[in-house]
Amino acid sequence: MAASKHTVLQFNAPSTASLSAKVHPLVILNICDCYVRRPDQAERVIGTLLGSVLPDGTVDVCNSYAVPHTESSEQVALDIEYHHNMLVSHQKVNPKEVIVGWYSTGLGVRGGSALIHDFYSREVPNPVHLTVDTGFGNGEGTIKAYVSVNLALGDLQLAAQFQKIPLDLRMLEAERLGLDILKTTAVDKLPNDLEGMEVTMERLLALIDDVYKYVDDVVEGRVAADNSIGRFIADTVASLPKLSPPAFDKLVNESLQDQLLLLYLSSIIRTQLGLVEKLNTAADQIL
Amino acid sequence: MANSMARSFLQVAATEEVASPLRVVQIEGLVILKIIKHCKEFSPALVTGQLLGLDVGSVLEVTNCFPFPIREEDEEIEADGANYQLEMMRCLREVNVDNNTVGWYQSTILGSYQTVELIETFMNYQENIRRCVCIIYDPSRSNQGVLALKALKLSDSFMELYRANSFTGEKLREKNLSWVDIFEEIPIKVANSALISAFMTELESDTPVTQCDYDRLQLSTTPYMERNMEFLIECMDDLSMEQQKFQFYYRSLSRQQAQQQAWLQKRRSENMARKAVGEEPLPEEDPSNPIFKPIPEPSRLESFLITNQIANYCNQINGVAGQSFNRLYLMKSLHDK
Repeated sequence: MAASKHTVLQFNAPSTASLSAKVHPLVILNICDCYVRRPDQAERVIGTLLGSVLPDGTVDVCNSYAVPHTESSEQVALDIEYHHNMLVSHQKVNPKEVIVGWYSTGLGVRGGSALIHDFYSREVPNPVHLTVDTGFGNGEGTIKAYVSVNLALGDLQLAAQFQKIPLDLRMLEAERLGLDILKTTAVDKLPNDLEGMEVTMERLLALIDDVYKYVDDVVEGRVAADNSIGRFIADTVASLPKLSPPAFDKLVNESLQDQLLLLYLSSIIRTQLGLVEKLNTAADQIL
Repeated sequence: MANSMARSFLQVAATEEVASPLRVVQIEGLVILKIIKHCKEFSPALVTGQLLGLDVGSVLEVTNCFPFPIREEDEEIEADGANYQLEMMRCLREVNVDNNTVGWYQSTILGSYQTVELIETFMNYQENIRRCVCIIYDPSRSNQGVLALKALKLSDSFMELYRANSFTGEKLREKNLSWVDIFEEIPIKVANSALISAFMTELESDTPVTQCDYDRLQLSTTPYMERNMEFLIECMDDLSMEQQKFQFYYRSLSRQQAQQQAWLQKRRSENMARKAVGEEPLPEEDPSNPIFKPIPEPSRLESFLITNQIANYCNQINGVAGQSFNRLYLMKSLHDK
């Protein structure tokens, strides 16, 4: 019996089974902006993703830029020189940002994408492909990330399968501040200190009211008591530091006095500034 | 009969466009996020970048921006910097981004941005662009829960003075210019395309409380206030040095005048003596005498900038103190409950 060579359909399972991606909101905004500005005949926008690979294998996508491309039913052409130029320029500012993948708008992965993915995998060992659905196909804007897996039959490359990887939205605190403003189409002015404070306090008040209502409901029996929430509330109330009223008052008063002192100091300085200015400009008249 | 209502094309072309004053700066959310990211990444180092957009009527729209690489003090990098800028503009043009420079942005620490370099950069930009604006972002204020973004413009009267490069007391009094008039702050408006706001609401639903609220409710502000006070003290020192310069100038000026008077007296008495003898009287002025050399008046630019800086710090302190008052009272009432 001749030993027949069995060719087995191999799935080259990605070694990074725990590969996941984190995306900054800036990237999404960039993609949306490029989509809005795309030339009229293009259906979708393609671009490069920049970022870094964290030591635990997660891919952190920080920045992106669009690359002009032409696409027809048979072939896809990408402006490689432009891509390299932008890469060099971006790296001048931030040398830590490297190519981690590419993005395209539109739902799902299309045929031409495999070719583009191929191109990008020549630059980076395992590029991440991000799709952003700007057409809101499913009734919501889906953002998905894929990694390509090669299906090989022995030595023959059959196909590349795009496997979905978990995607996370990660933000810096400062970006979170900006994000609040971004939710509406127009904001008339940036909130200044006191207004922001007002908004915060209102929100806090609303929260406290909610908790109050919930506790009342539970006590009256309108809502089934949930032990974990009850424990949470008890913990929160207990975390208020137990200070005797005079000690607490002393603390508050001391802080108040410090703040008042600073205010006083700044008013004195302003008066001083006014005086200095008058002296400087008026002194000439004396001479 | 020529219709007096219809003006000839020549007339229309001849009338100069009156530039409407800049009333508001409209920034896109994308630009804000980019600025935040760039400044935050490199803090505490100070970074700058270019703003691109459109100049429409009384609104300056900023639609995109790109950061500048940190330049080392090297001459050959100068050409590199210009190349980088051209390259970026060209590439952005290809993807239909507005290619028009409308200003630049820079990050600052605790509001200490009023320097002579800022003014010089402004003048440089103003020569090429009719209206440019500078956006200042303070990343150290973001852990207070405040988005510290400001749009600045040099006031026109100040620019004229600067071009003439004269900051003497009389000129300033003529124009009635004081230190508050150097920079004009312009209100910022944020605009977003509908697509972006749809995505953002999708990604992050309206939670009742955000991280930013937690930051605002934090009780400890001492480190921030301390640094502010330190900067303030340094500035006061600088201001007093400037004051001393002025005092020295005035003292030497009055001394010089006294000398001039004395010399004049001597000359006059000499002339009287000569007249008595019958000789030609000597001229009453002698330009070669060193006591007649005019002493240059020190420029007030530095002191103006310093006063601006100090005012800024005071404002910040006031703002933070106000917030702290709120917090403290809030805590007090919560505790009483």
